Amino acid sequence: MTAPVRRPHGSPRNLIGPLDYTRRWWMRFLVAATFLALYAPILTLIAYSFNDSRRNIMWRGFTLKYYEKAWNNDSLIDAFVNSLSIAVFSTAVSTLLGVLVAIFLWRFKFPGKSAYEGFMVLPIVIPEICMGVAMMAFFARVGWPTNLTWPFNLGNIIIAHIAFSFPFVAVIVRARMVGFNRELEDAAKDLGASEWQTMRDVVLPYLKPGIVAGGLIAFTLSLDDFVITFFTAGPNTITLPVKIFSMVRFSVTPEVNAASTILIVITVIATVLAMRFQAPQDKQEG
Amino acid sequence: MSESPVTVSIQSVSKRFGTVTAVDRVSLDIRQNEFFALLGPSGCGKTTLLRMLAGFETPDRGSILIDGQDMAEVPPNRRPVNMVFQSYAVFPHMSVFDNVAYGLRVAGTPSGEIGQRVRDALEMVRLSEQAERRPDQLSGGQRQRVALARALVKRPKVLLLDEPLSALDAKLREAMQLELVRLQHAVGITFVIVTHDQHEALSMANRIAVMEAGQVRQVDGPAQLYEFPNSRFVAGFIGKMNLFRARVIARHGTELKLDVEGLGRLTLPGQEPHSADSPGAAGPGAGPDPWDIDIAVRPEKIRIHRDEAPGGRISHHGRVSEVAYFGDTSHVYLRLDSGQSISANIRNVARTSRPSFRIGEALWCSWDAGDTLVLDR
Ligand SMILES: Nc1ncnc2c1ncn2[C@@H]1O[C@H](COP(=O)(O)OP(=O)(O)OP(=O)(O)O)[C@@H](O)[C@H]1O
Ligand SMILES: [Mg+2]
Repeated sequence: MTAPVRRPHGSPRNLIGPLDYTRRWWMRFLVAATFLALYAPILTLIAYSFNDSRRNIMWRGFTLKYYEKAWNNDSLIDAFVNSLSIAVFSTAVSTLLGVLVAIFLWRFKFPGKSAYEGFMVLPIVIPEICMGVAMMAFFARVGWPTNLTWPFNLGNIIIAHIAFSFPFVAVIVRARMVGFNRELEDAAKDLGASEWQTMRDVVLPYLKPGIVAGGLIAFTLSLDDFVITFFTAGPNTITLPVKIFSMVRFSVTPEVNAASTILIVITVIATVLAMRFQAPQDKQEG
Repeated sequence: MSESPVTVSIQSVSKRFGTVTAVDRVSLDIRQNEFFALLGPSGCGKTTLLRMLAGFETPDRGSILIDGQDMAEVPPNRRPVNMVFQSYAVFPHMSVFDNVAYGLRVAGTPSGEIGQRVRDALEMVRLSEQAERRPDQLSGGQRQRVALARALVKRPKVLLLDEPLSALDAKLREAMQLELVRLQHAVGITFVIVTHDQHEALSMANRIAVMEAGQVRQVDGPAQLYEFPNSRFVAGFIGKMNLFRARVIARHGTELKLDVEGLGRLTLPGQEPHSADSPGAAGPGAGPDPWDIDIAVRPEKIRIHRDEAPGGRISHHGRVSEVAYFGDTSHVYLRLDSGQSISANIRNVARTSRPSFRIGEALWCSWDAGDTLVLDR
């Protein structure tokens, strides 16, 4: 990288190697433009949550009063608590379910297996709006009680979230399973491990990065889901995205920005934690 | 041959995968303390046979006895055998120490004893320094030794090794061959090794079973196998061989009169009988005359001279068609006057007086009639 290699017949242009993309100006421009398009709206949103103005038009100085206002907005806090509870529950269950499905599909042969693998990903590809309507119809049809106390009144939303997020976990864990060296499993049994010990000591540690990634996806999907939640939520079970939507219908105040910023921060923290958690694991693969 | 008791007894075992017969009526007795090799080309069923010993595959027919006990109902985690896998299968998320300790931990061995035995095992494979390392910080040879220590620490009756050296480079492979033989002497455990490398099998094993298409063709010691192969397949698979088609035209006692393609009429003295526990031990040329057979002679048994050989040797005239230099030896290919090709290995014993053969040069080649093998078709 220090001294460019001079080739006798090369034009100066050729001094940039075929893989040195970052040294071409148009490539740098493209990268910069992409980042701008991706992050400018988010950065603006965050910046204006500190704007001392009732509307998001002019910058009038720094303030935290909209965070304070959001904090004192009981219905917003309720929605926030609901969202977190739903996300935690549905993540736990869908991760468990997804891992079990992935292991089951990897471990066993049964008639209709490939058909099942196809059907399993349906919730991923079906338009969310259809899932939402279907869920609403389903809960209405089974006569799901609407007058339960918290947190049981979140039950139907949690079930709906599990239904659309566990296939993501299953697909991610299944993909990780493909690279698994089955001789590791044989080796554990050869050394005297039972089926269960093999699972616990060899298979699950190998799957951990996949499980963490799948769980993270399930968590963020649940936390920011709007469409399906909108169709299944009752009047007393408002989640943060639904609440933000209803606030935006009147006007986009910095309070909305503040609530959104907090949602972003939670998601980012969860992602960072998950990456921390799985990073040293990845290095250990032989 | 040793008279130790039989540790592993394989009794007409067969295994099919769909339409493929991976192992076909194999019967073998492997004795205590033996270094036994399963040798054969790719896909001949070596791994399948080994996995049946370990319990990962169940035989369709026949039975496997280890130490006199029928293994049919015994799952892999209860068998007194341990395996070194082709990929080594070292657990990536455990340190070297934990890898070796794993088998003892799941067996509920007291932790004081685990520490001692793991340290001993690591010492034995010379990995004491690396005990706390992770597998990704080890070289291929070191990982292989972790797999070895992990299996040996369980003190199995039989150690199974599936091509343990195939992933190593030539130099390291040679060193590990010696290491394995040393280890086997040290621990006194029966080793069963799978390999498709004839040199590996010849240099390490006490006895070798040569397999082809799921069947065992010959079981013998290395020298016996090399010098007295019982079939065209074994002769061609182990080492290099000049093979000629021939027909028995007369016999006097054990003496055979032959008409050989490309060599003309030959008279061979009686052949030494094959060892008794090989299939096809009835003796060559046992069929009715005229009987189609093959005769074979190893390239290193053939000498090359500028003049006709003295009497008593089989001698032919030809021209050099090619010379390949291998450092320690040179392979000289001759085209005999009959058109038959034949190859001879010349040892390059001295640095300067290396015989040099020009292509097209007229020469004689000769070999002792007793070095000629007679093989059934
Ligand atoms: N699980 C399996 N399912 C189907 N066929 C199999 C299976 N395992 C082995 N076979 C087939 O059985 C035959 C013997 O395979 P095996 O692995 O025992 O050969 P090998 O002698 O170990 O060969 P290599 O030297 O290439 O490892 C092959 O034709 C192989 O395709
Ligand atoms: Mg194999």
